[in-house]
Amino acid sequence: MSTMSMAAALNGALRNRMEADPKVLVMGLDVGKLGGVFRITDGLQKDFGEDRVIDAPLGESGIVGSAVGLAIRGYRPVCEIQFDGFVYPAFDQIVCQLAKFHNRSLGQVKMPVTIRIPYGGGIGAVEHHSESPEAYFAHTAGLKVVTCSNPSDAYWMLRQSIDCDDPVIFFEPKRRYWAKGDVDTDATPAALHKAHVVRPGRDATLVAYGPMVATALDAARAAAEDGSELEVIDLRSLSPIDTDTVVESVQKTGRLVVVHEASVTLGMGAEIAARVQERAFYSLEAPILRVGGFDTPYPASRIEEEWLPDVDRILDAVDRALSY
Amino acid sequence: MSLHGQVPPEPDLIQLLTPEGIRVEHPDFPLEITDDEITSLYRDLVLVRRFDAEATALQRQGELGLWASCLGQEAAQVGAGRALRSQDMSFPTYREHGVAWCQDVDPVTLLGMFRGVSLGGWNPNDNNFNLYTIVLGAQTLHAVGYAMGVVRDGAVGSGEKDRDTAVLAFFGDGASSQGDVNEAFIWAAAANLPVVFYCQNNQWAISESVERQSRVPLFQRASGFGFPGVRVDGNDVLACLAVSRRALDEARSGQGPTLIEAYTYRMGAHTTSDDPTRYRLTDELETWRLRDPIERVRAYLVREAGVGQDFFDSLDAESEALAERIREACRTLADPGPLSPFDHVYAEQTDELAGQRAGYADYLNSFEGAGH
Repeated sequence: MSTMSMAAALNGALRNRMEADPKVLVMGLDVGKLGGVFRITDGLQKDFGEDRVIDAPLGESGIVGSAVGLAIRGYRPVCEIQFDGFVYPAFDQIVCQLAKFHNRSLGQVKMPVTIRIPYGGGIGAVEHHSESPEAYFAHTAGLKVVTCSNPSDAYWMLRQSIDCDDPVIFFEPKRRYWAKGDVDTDATPAALHKAHVVRPGRDATLVAYGPMVATALDAARAAAEDGSELEVIDLRSLSPIDTDTVVESVQKTGRLVVVHEASVTLGMGAEIAARVQERAFYSLEAPILRVGGFDTPYPASRIEEEWLPDVDRILDAVDRALSY
Repeated sequence: MSLHGQVPPEPDLIQLLTPEGIRVEHPDFPLEITDDEITSLYRDLVLVRRFDAEATALQRQGELGLWASCLGQEAAQVGAGRALRSQDMSFPTYREHGVAWCQDVDPVTLLGMFRGVSLGGWNPNDNNFNLYTIVLGAQTLHAVGYAMGVVRDGAVGSGEKDRDTAVLAFFGDGASSQGDVNEAFIWAAAANLPVVFYCQNNQWAISESVERQSRVPLFQRASGFGFPGVRVDGNDVLACLAVSRRALDEARSGQGPTLIEAYTYRMGAHTTSDDPTRYRLTDELETWRLRDPIERVRAYLVREAGVGQDFFDSLDAESEALAERIREACRTLADPGPLSPFDHVYAEQTDELAGQRAGYADYLNSFEGAGH
């Protein structure tokens, strides 16, 4: 067991998988000498060589498109997209090519490609550097979509994603990169697509993922001071969704608030709300509420803290659910 | 002085067999080939055209939902396809039926996606022939990635004939405008990858002429990316073979990418859903008929190689037998089962999708007499 930042945990997972399997390659922009703009690949090129840690020409479609070709040849590429808002030039290669190839080959060619995307806001960045595009990918058959909220999950979930024989979109909450936590690299990890109850409670359920898990936990601590016990679930996997864990919680609490940074319309919260009302209709004591980004472009950074869901907006929704 | 000088003139085509069937030499592309080998190429061309015609007919009969004919492009495809070695990999668009033929892909396999019984339907590694790719140009990046793997596997420049591997990426004049194709050029050049980019300029991207895509001859684009480009008579199977062999050899030996522009003509419609009479003149088609890729080889075989009528009669019979086999096999291609969409979505099936599948199966079984 050691204490490390999420960035170090991700680096450790990459290093671990590269050591274990010579077919694992890392590719992206500035991932070599620089170690990536967030330093997640720091030192990897030095240790594994330019052949395996590849500074790509500047083109996201090329990064993912060539990963598809490498996978056909039997490689296991891990692509880094530098920022969330830069993934869109690769959209066709992800949703039309990568996601469908295994299916189109009748299961004869696997696409074990991991695409790491730092996502979300809160770092004072210029536009296109703070987005939450997860729903586009969770909507696409053939992809698996996961996101970590803490260093331990970062380590294990990235290892599991690289090991997975399907394409995995791996969202990294960039504003939590430097938060530290315990990582046990000898542990037996939970299943990749299992949600975690990270704080038990009886009065209402908060579902969050990625950067919002810490915020939801803060909200639950604040609510406890007011006498309400909130159960917090870290969803972890956005496709597939561990609906059972959410439903079990709501059957106990009767109330559900879903929190994410992405705009609420047609976001993960909409999907979770639909599933919960299908399966736990008679358990619900109040309408399911969503707390998320507004249906606007991600705002200029000087006002992002007001735009992003925070403890107060979460507690406001919890209050409405509790008082319904 | 104006910065805008004259646009360079259109170059001569590299040609080894004239439309009249006269064998000519090209100083840069010598081709040692026997008459038997030319006879074999002729057989390829004829059988590909017959298969293609049969597929068009099957669409007209309602057996296929769509067909993208390669009529007129047989030489461009067979010339390239026959230049491949068994270890080379090819990345087609959706019209490379002639390349598929050369790679021993059963024509019936190709019909699956056009009939609507599959979304692809073969293993690219079985015949080193990738799945057809419909989104234009996307496959050129797959070729680049594959070639990156080839280099990492040490299968370039080793000097071993059966080991060194080239990758042949097909696209068309329309796709040359796609970002992916241009990215593929950049990647292949920057990493000196063993990729041959093979552009069949068939003059038309559905209704848009090549002038809509480029103000320079397409092969000239390569120079801006830093690798050689050549234009070959795409209706001359010998020239296509010679130029492809040379470019593939250079790729295998580690000299990097080449762009080949096979200058040809789409004699048919874009697909069976298209109506070219709305956008091009019959005169143009007639001009290209005189450059037919098959007739010139036949003229050579009859006049110069002394191939007798027996051969042509027997090839006619072989063609008809092939067409009949394809016709029968197409009609008996089974529809996929209603639960088949759930297959192979993932290599590691999710509980969620397994649940959807089970729910749909129960629904189907709820009907009286359901046999699922």
